[in-house]
Parts: sequence; C-alpha cells; structure tokens
Amino acid sequence: MPVEQREDTVVWRRRDKRQAVIHWFVTLGIAAVVLWCFKLIADDTTWEFVWSAPEQGADLAIRMFLPEWFVDIPQLWRDGELWVHVAEYFRQRGLYAMELWDPLVDTIHIATLGTVLGVMIASPLAFLAARNTTPSTTFVRPIALALLVTSRSVNSLIWALLLVVIIGPGMLAGIIAIALRSVGFCGKLLYEAIEEIDENTRDAVKSTGASGMQVLTFGVIPQIAPAFAGISIYRWDINIREATILGLVGAGGIGMALQSAIDTLAWGQVSVIFLAILATVVLSEWVSAKARAAVT
Amino acid sequence: MLVIEGLLKRYPDGFEALKGVDVTIEDGELVALIGPSGAGKSTLIRCVNRLVEPTEGTIELNELELTTLNRAGLRRARRRMAMIFQNYALVERLTVMENVLSGRLGSVGFFKSLFRRFPQDDVDNAFALLEKVGLEGLHDRRADALSGGQQQRVGIARALMQDPDILLVDEPTASLDPRTARQVMGLLADLCEEHGLAAIINIHDVPLARDYTDRILGLKAGELVFDGPPEELTDDVLPEIYGGEDWSKEPSEDDEEEEDIRSSGQFLAEEVL
Amino acid sequence: MSGTSSETRTSPRRWRRPPMIADARKRWALYIAIVAYLLWATASIEIDIPRLIEGLDRAREFFAAALTPDFVSRWSDIWTGFIESLTMTAVATSVGVALSIPIGLGAASNLAIRPVYLICRTILAVTRAFHEIILAILFVAMFGFGPFAGVVTLIVSTIGFLGKLIAEDIEAINWDTVEAIEATGASWWQKVIYAVTPQVIPRFIGLSLYRLDINFRESAIIGIVGAGGIGATLTTAFQRYEFESVSAILILIIGTVYAFEYVSGAIRRRVL
Ligand SMILES: Nc1ncnc2c1ncn2[C@@H]1O[C@H](COP(=O)(O)OP(=O)(O)OP(=O)(O)O)[C@@H](O)[C@H]1O
Ligand SMILES: [Mg+2]
Repeated sequence: MPVEQREDTVVWRRRDKRQAVIHWFVTLGIAAVVLWCFKLIADDTTWEFVWSAPEQGADLAIRMFLPEWFVDIPQLWRDGELWVHVAEYFRQRGLYAMELWDPLVDTIHIATLGTVLGVMIASPLAFLAARNTTPSTTFVRPIALALLVTSRSVNSLIWALLLVVIIGPGMLAGIIAIALRSVGFCGKLLYEAIEEIDENTRDAVKSTGASGMQVLTFGVIPQIAPAFAGISIYRWDINIREATILGLVGAGGIGMALQSAIDTLAWGQVSVIFLAILATVVLSEWVSAKARAAVT
Repeated sequence: MLVIEGLLKRYPDGFEALKGVDVTIEDGELVALIGPSGAGKSTLIRCVNRLVEPTEGTIELNELELTTLNRAGLRRARRRMAMIFQNYALVERLTVMENVLSGRLGSVGFFKSLFRRFPQDDVDNAFALLEKVGLEGLHDRRADALSGGQQQRVGIARALMQDPDILLVDEPTASLDPRTARQVMGLLADLCEEHGLAAIINIHDVPLARDYTDRILGLKAGELVFDGPPEELTDDVLPEIYGGEDWSKEPSEDDEEEEDIRSSGQFLAEEVL
Repeated sequence: MSGTSSETRTSPRRWRRPPMIADARKRWALYIAIVAYLLWATASIEIDIPRLIEGLDRAREFFAAALTPDFVSRWSDIWTGFIESLTMTAVATSVGVALSIPIGLGAASNLAIRPVYLICRTILAVTRAFHEIILAILFVAMFGFGPFAGVVTLIVSTIGFLGKLIAEDIEAINWDTVEAIEATGASWWQKVIYAVTPQVIPRFIGLSLYRLDINFRESAIIGIVGAGGIGATLTTAFQRYEFESVSAILILIIGTVYAFEYVSGAIRRRVL
C-alpha cells in the first residue's frame, strides 16, 4: 500500500490517499474536541485566582514552613530571643510529629491488611478469569472479568466514601476500601500471568494422571509464584500511598489528621504531615524494591 | 499392547491433522515416528493420552478403550502412559526431586502431594532413577539450573517414575546438541529394554531413529505412509515420507521453533550420515 | 538443603523439600514476625459492633439503591460534573502527554547529558511522591476551587507517571539500532526520530491511553477536595445519603471506564 504507481515512477508514501484523508480527519477531529475542552475549562476558571497563584503559593509555603514570628526575626535577634523561638518552633513540630506516629502506623496497617485481603479475593478470581484455567469461557470468565473491571474502575477513595457511610468511619472501612480496589488490579495482572504460563509443563503434569487440583498446585502455581509475589508487593507500595489519603473521608490513617489540620487551617501541621507522608512513601518504595528483588 | 484404529483428528478450525491412522504397537516395542513438520506426529501421540481429544477412531491400551473413558478413568489410564517432551516441560521452579516425584501424582492423594509427603518407596525409587539417568546428587537443584541434557534426563526419570506400560516421547532430542542427543536416545533405548517398555518416539533425526529403534513409522499429512524395520527405510523411501522438496504445509504458529527443529535435524542428518 | 544432602548417604534415603530459607532459625523468626505483625495489625482495628449492625441496614439500603439508580432528580448536577470530568481528562491528558515527552527524554540516562538528566529525574521524583489528592489540596489552595486546579493536578501526575515510564523504556531500547543510525552520520535529533522513537512509540501510545483512563478515574475523586469534576457531585450525594444518585454516578463512571477500555483496546489493536 505505501508504494504507489504514479506516471511510471514508483512513489513511496507512509499512507495511501484514502488512509491519509481519514488520518487527517481523525487528527483534526480530536484536536477540535481537545481545543473545545480547553475552552470549557477556561470559561469555568476564575482567572484572577490563577494569576494570583504565585502569591498564594508563596503565602502557603510561608504558612507551612515558617513560624508566625518570622517577620520579627531581626528584632528577636537583637533581643537575643531568637534561639528560644527557634527551639520552641522545633519542639512544637516535634511534639506534633509524635502525635502522628499512631495514625502513621494505622496507615501502614490499612495498606498491608487491605493488600492481603485484596490478594486473597483476587487469586481465585484470577483463576476463574484466565482463559486456560477457567471452568467455563462462556459463563464464568465474563463474570470474573466484569468483577475485576468494576473493582478497578472505582477508586479506593470512592470505595472508602461508600464504606464509611455503610460501616462507619475508621480503619475497617479503609482496609476494605483498599482491598476492593486491589482486587481488580491484582486480579488483572495475575490472570494475565496465568495465561502466559508454559502449557507444556501443565500438559506434562496432566499426563502423569494428576487430578485437577494437583495440576494446579504442581503445574500452574509454581510457574506464577514469582509474578504473584511481585504483583502483591507492587500493589502494597501503591496502597501505602492510597492509605495516606483515605482518612480525608474518615477511613482511618494519617489522612484523618490531615483533614483536621486543613479544616483548622493549621498549615504548619499540614507541612509536618506532608513530611511524614513523604518519609513513609520513600520508605515503602525502598522496602518494596528490596522485597521484589528478593522474591524474583 | 497399544492398538490404534481409524484414528482421525479434526481441529476446531476444520483442519484434519490425522486422517484415519491404524497402527499396533507390541509390548516392549521401540517405535520411531518420523515425518515432516505438521504431519501430525505430536497430534498422534497426544491423542493417545488424550491431551488432544481424538475426533474418531479407537485407541486401546492393554484391551482398555481410552477414547471413551470418563475423567477418573482417564486419570487412571494416564498413569500407564508416560510422556516425555521436547522442551522437557519440567516445572522449572521446583527441585529435580519434586519434578521426578511429580510422576507419582496420579497415585498420591492431593494433600500428600501438596505437602510433598510422598511414600518412602517412591522416594527410594526416585533416588535410584536419578542415579540411573546419571543425575546423582542433583536432587535438590532447581530444575531451571540444569543444562538441557540434564533436564531431559529429569524428564525421563519423571516418566519412569510413573512405572508406565508405554512411553510417549515427543521429539526428545530436538533441543539438544548432536552428542547429547545420541546419549539421551541411548539412555531411552536402554531403559525401555530394561523395563520392558514400549515407546513411540517422535523424531526428526532419521539416522538416530534408524540406530536406536526397532521399527519406524512414517507419517505424512496425517496418513501413515511407511511402516517397517529400520533397514527398509532406505534413502529411496525417504522422499516418499518427506515429499522431496515439498515443505508447503507449514504450521503458522511457532514458525521460528519449527525452523529451528528442522535445521538442527538436517544438520544432524548430514553430520551422522 | 544442608539437611537432606547429608542424609542421602544413609539408607533409607529420606527426602524433604528444601525450604526456601535454609537457616531454620531465620525461617521461624520470619514466620513468627509475620504472624505477630498480622495479629498486631488486626488487633488495632477498632470494631464498633452496634455501628456495624446499623450498617447492615445502610448496606441493604445501598444495595437496593444500587439496583434502582436515579439519574433524574440530580441530573443537571450529574451531567455538569460528568462533562467537567471529561473535559478535565481531555485537557490534562493532552497537555500532560505533551510535557512528559521532553521530560522523559531528559530523564533517560542513555540520551540526556548529566545536568539535564538530574533535573528531569528530580522533577519526576517530586511529582510522583504525593497522591493526586494531596496535590489537588495544594493546587486548590493556590488556584482556588474549580476545574483549573484539577487540571493542573492531573497534568502534574500524568507527567510523573508517563515521564518515568518513557524514560525507563528509552533506557531499555536496543542500542545497536541507535548506533546504526549514528553510523550514517545522523544528528542527535535524527537519532531520536529514526532510532529511538520507533522503538518506544507503540508502548508510549499504549501508556498514554492507559493514562487517559486513569485521569478520568482520578477526575472523579479530586472533586472531593474541590478540584472540579463529578467527584463533588458524588460527595454531596453521599453526604445527603442519596444512594440512588450515588449509584447513578457510579454506574456512569464504571460505564465510561468500560467504554475507554474498549476504545483503547481497539486503538491499540489498530496501532500496534
Ligand atoms: N490446536 C490446533 N488447532 C488447529 N490446528 C492444529 C492445532 N494443533 C496442530 N494443528 C495442525 O495440525 C497439524 C499437525 O500438527 P502436529 O503438531 O501434530 O505436527 P507434527 O508432526 O508434530 O509437527 P512437528 O514435527 O513440527 O512437531 C499441523 O498442520 C498443525 O498446524
Ligand atoms: Mg510436534
């Protein structure tokens, strides 16, 4: 197709005429839609706020990281009281950071238990969804796939909103929310891993006269074990991040502290929380990298 | 004794891989199955243990009709037939010992197998077999840490662990170098003789087939075109099976793999002849 | 391993599967640590039984509502929020993808010079560290309520996501091809266009489509902190216990994600 005959010379083009026209129309159409979206957003925006954003940002940064008395620093310095204030500043932040210890541990619990629960639900679903292990491709597989997609399309924060209303605020709602979202993620990656196993190995186990469960435990599970561990750890790492914000809707963890700090406009506390979250996320990333290297 | 009558296999896409094959294999008989790529060799031996479901025809192993067995019956029958694969098909992340013991899965309960509590007799037997195939001391090595020749030996030990009546062997040497290939064929032949086993061996390497088997079957496009002792398989007969220059019907999938097998087969043929 | 190999010489030869961790003390320490952690974590869940029982009613109410979604009574809110989510997704994805290309190129250690590499990697690390919701809180504080803050949030997280993956892809390309093009006397840009781009473009398109999908799903939650989109409508409906509307919104979201998945599957099949 890319080669066409034109007045007895052969011309090479990436696309033939019809393809090129369609290509242009599609590109133009998408561009028009995107531009129109730009316009809609622009219409909905209060531009004065946007222009004042640098000031607002600077103001926010000051309120987050600097003490109220920072304008008086020269005065305090002259009075010799600066160090007292500095010490007090760090003491207060330190005290607040200690208060954050419990919610932070809760956050990690939510992520871990949620991942464990999610993986426990996801594994059987994955076997039902994988083309080569499902009991029925016409009936069971579509249902399993639909469950996985549904779980994946609803964000854990929405699951949390829902669960907080149903079972009340607290860690339990957070754990289940994390689990419900993880099912889709882990289930999808897992069933893809199952579909990629070496069928010959499975046939070999089958041909010894092994039962269905034996084929699964000898022929399939050893093949997917590393993928399984890797996926779970990967999701745990993501879940730590997710768990830090579930508290915003009341589902436990450090997000609860964040919510109350924001509600009281205590930006100083917010900054401490951010640092705590940052440290946790960095730590979890390190742990998961180590763990994944160990299992694969 | 394995009796195959009128075996026909039609794949779901309508392609007839086997067009009515009749063959009888006596106890203890070592049979080579040769033929061009796509002739239906793998299909034939996979029909025997019903990894591929036959469409028509009957297969009897020691008077037991295999094609109509239900699931439990099929499991029991599969214990009597052991299969050896070209790519070894070991469970790579398990140890050599676990792979060998997996030959007993048909006879050991689920929980026993899950917790690896195999009867001591089986364990003794496994150690003896490992010694016999020349893998003494490697029982705790992970299967993927072995060379190809060693892996195929594990595959052979696993098959013998089943204590079968017949071996179904699908291209045991295609992934091995010429010398290892001869060793593995020699080992197979010795073991079959020792245990009084019958075997059907799919093989692309004609000289190897001639040297190590009692009888050769030639399959071409799903039909048996040659059946006789190795001496009768002269160079004039070969084109009849392999169809001269004609390699037209190529399986579309696994093209590369087929390519490999073929070229190594030709290379071997030239070298050994 | 150590146990069995010494036993192989005595007869009858015993066999145990070699454990994953050879050192028995370490193995048991690990088991105990895992069990202890799980117990500790489980014990720290506070379960309020009366509240749970009350929850049963709520759950029944919700599942009943889930089967009878009400698109009508809050339709104008739902529709506005939904369209806003879609427009935010379109804008953020297009801008984010466009910006992630240079940053991804700059963050590929085999293409970029050292200072550029470090700057780009820092940008990526910072944008990836925080959850979208936290970014949204900050941007709402800076830009005020509304979709603009949401769009900025999504752009930033798109850059973090795509930039890192593109950089990793570029670092993993087949370098022989690049050298072959280099051998023809090509410039840096020609190298990028003729040797690098063709190798990474299919996955890049796939990832961009995937990100489109993610951005839509995220646009449905950042509204919770005031950054526009259908999330605000959803939160309000939750707070008023209007489960029928909640169910309608969720169905809309799930349906859209299904549609995205279908379309991106179709595009991927055509392009790749
Ligand atoms: N699942 C399947 N569906 C449709 N056709 C198949 C299937 N499996 C095999 N075939 C076809 O059946 C024919 C025989 O295949 P088979 O694998 O038995 O050949 P073979 O003789 O073992 O070849 P080779 O020597 O290359 O292994 C081939 O033409 C192949 O394309
Ligand atoms: Mg074959």
